[in-house]
Amino acid sequence: MKINSRAVQKSVEVLSNKKVGSYHHMVFSVGEMALSAKPGNFVAISVGGPNSAMVLRRAFAIYRASDRGNYGGTIELVVAAHGSGSKWLSERAIHERVDMVGPLGTAFGIPTDQVNALLVGGGYGSAPLFGLAEVLKQRGCRVDIVLGASTANKIYAPLEGKRSVNTMTLTTEDGSAGITGRVTDVMPGLIQKNSVDIIYSCGPMAMLEAVDAIAQGAGIMHQCAVEESMACGIGVCMTCVIPLRDDAGVIRMQRTCIEGPVVDGSKVIWGNLRSIPQGTLGFNQ
Amino acid sequence: MSEFQAFDFRTKFGNRYFPAPVFTASGCAGSGKELSQFFDLNELGAVVTKSISVRPRSGRATPRMAETPSGMLNSIGLQGPGIDDFLAVDIPWLQSKGARVVVSISGETVEEYATLARKLRGVNSLYGIEVNISCPNVENRGLVFACDPVASRAVLEAVRRNIGGDYPIIAKLSPDVTDIVSIAREVVAAGADGLALINTVLGMVIDIDAIRPKLAGITGGLSGPAIRPIAVRAIYQVHSALPNTPILGMGGVASGKDALEMIFAGASGISVGTATFGNPTAVTKIKEELLALLKAKGFKTLKDAVGAAHV
Repeated sequence: MKINSRAVQKSVEVLSNKKVGSYHHMVFSVGEMALSAKPGNFVAISVGGPNSAMVLRRAFAIYRASDRGNYGGTIELVVAAHGSGSKWLSERAIHERVDMVGPLGTAFGIPTDQVNALLVGGGYGSAPLFGLAEVLKQRGCRVDIVLGASTANKIYAPLEGKRSVNTMTLTTEDGSAGITGRVTDVMPGLIQKNSVDIIYSCGPMAMLEAVDAIAQGAGIMHQCAVEESMACGIGVCMTCVIPLRDDAGVIRMQRTCIEGPVVDGSKVIWGNLRSIPQGTLGFNQ
Repeated sequence: MSEFQAFDFRTKFGNRYFPAPVFTASGCAGSGKELSQFFDLNELGAVVTKSISVRPRSGRATPRMAETPSGMLNSIGLQGPGIDDFLAVDIPWLQSKGARVVVSISGETVEEYATLARKLRGVNSLYGIEVNISCPNVENRGLVFACDPVASRAVLEAVRRNIGGDYPIIAKLSPDVTDIVSIAREVVAAGADGLALINTVLGMVIDIDAIRPKLAGITGGLSGPAIRPIAVRAIYQVHSALPNTPILGMGGVASGKDALEMIFAGASGISVGTATFGNPTAVTKIKEELLALLKAKGFKTLKDAVGAAHV
């Protein structure tokens, strides 16, 4: 396997930075980097400026990539200012530049047939699903999307996103928008009603695990974009690993920046992802 | 002759010459494939591989990492494929790209180091072996080899005995000792040609919301610019005591200035680790900056600058 084979490092300009609910929608002028970006890929950004005490790169899922338009190639991100690095990025003004490496990681697999797809997003994890929805629609697929969060302003659901899906269902745990409950409460009904062939998901790991249980129970293929904290994003630091079963059935601690972030849900050893499962190659706990 | 051609940037460990003194640091360059998308690996002095063990290792559970001010704490647990797979896959690939390869090894017993040395003895065209002795010695209550002069010496003697007389050996030392010079003397007496200074510094971070250690491994190795003054001190002390033993300096080098500081302290080469996590092209950037700085300061060779700060 070629590693990082489409990645480039580039100083990119901030074209736009707008607050949307709890998040920042940011657009960067990236030139040809946009050409090779696929839904599910991510970028790694240096934060804090040249004298920063933050020495590690931050990874952000690509919301959308476009190689057309007034600014040439653009990459859009949805940034949740959780920590000091993402907060720094969310404070960048128009025309400032940041150092970006991308596109990185695996992409969502696109079926060659016209299938019925269910997309499931949690919080700002919904971001990469809209680019995926556009690609699936172009292929003639039916696309339904479920977005959930604890409360309404943590759901990322832009107006233009609604155009690329057949239906959009919202769930919030506090009932402030859509159906009161979780994404997994509404999934079984949607799977049955729309004869879903494939499920794509992105969001917190606990949500992905619950989504996978439903997918496996229904015998539906499930691709999920996982999240484990990364120091580099390019496969050298070995910090972002989760247990994955390889094609030969061997469990290995695999890097979510190289073998992920998009993985086959049935290959993940769910349960306690933050442990080394018995039987893992080289188990030495 | 241009100024560029006039400058002698070479360095030497054991009987091997390297065209440039800037290397990757062990465990910070993946298999080499990850970085080769960003620059040619043969631009570097050498690629120092991750520390390889006799058998495959899964490494530790996550979280394995915490960012700290100007640094990071890591507890990976030496995840790797084991020596046989490594020799079959990683080494041939690196050599096919023209990389000069220094293989880092780690063991849990003296015998494991000996086994690794025997397996590497027959591999053609390696540029050396880095012996990572910052590992727990399972035969002595888990005491880290590098913290025990007797155990450090035993490992280096075993490696030298098994790998043959002229194979370059670099012993990588831990800064977590009372007297690093005494450990350095032991490993050099046992047959090390060079010293790698310093490994990470043992540290710990507690998550104040979870009220638990941040890392699954509880403690971890601190790296990055936060530890650079510790590295400069260790290099300076060891170079004073052993001026004829080449030192591969490392510990938070993020710029050509940082590299030059270590050269002046007594390093003959520099390894770049954590800086690569923040910037995939850090190693080549540091190499170019170091070369420009040495020339700007009027040096004609790297060798003239090594240890220049000693009074």
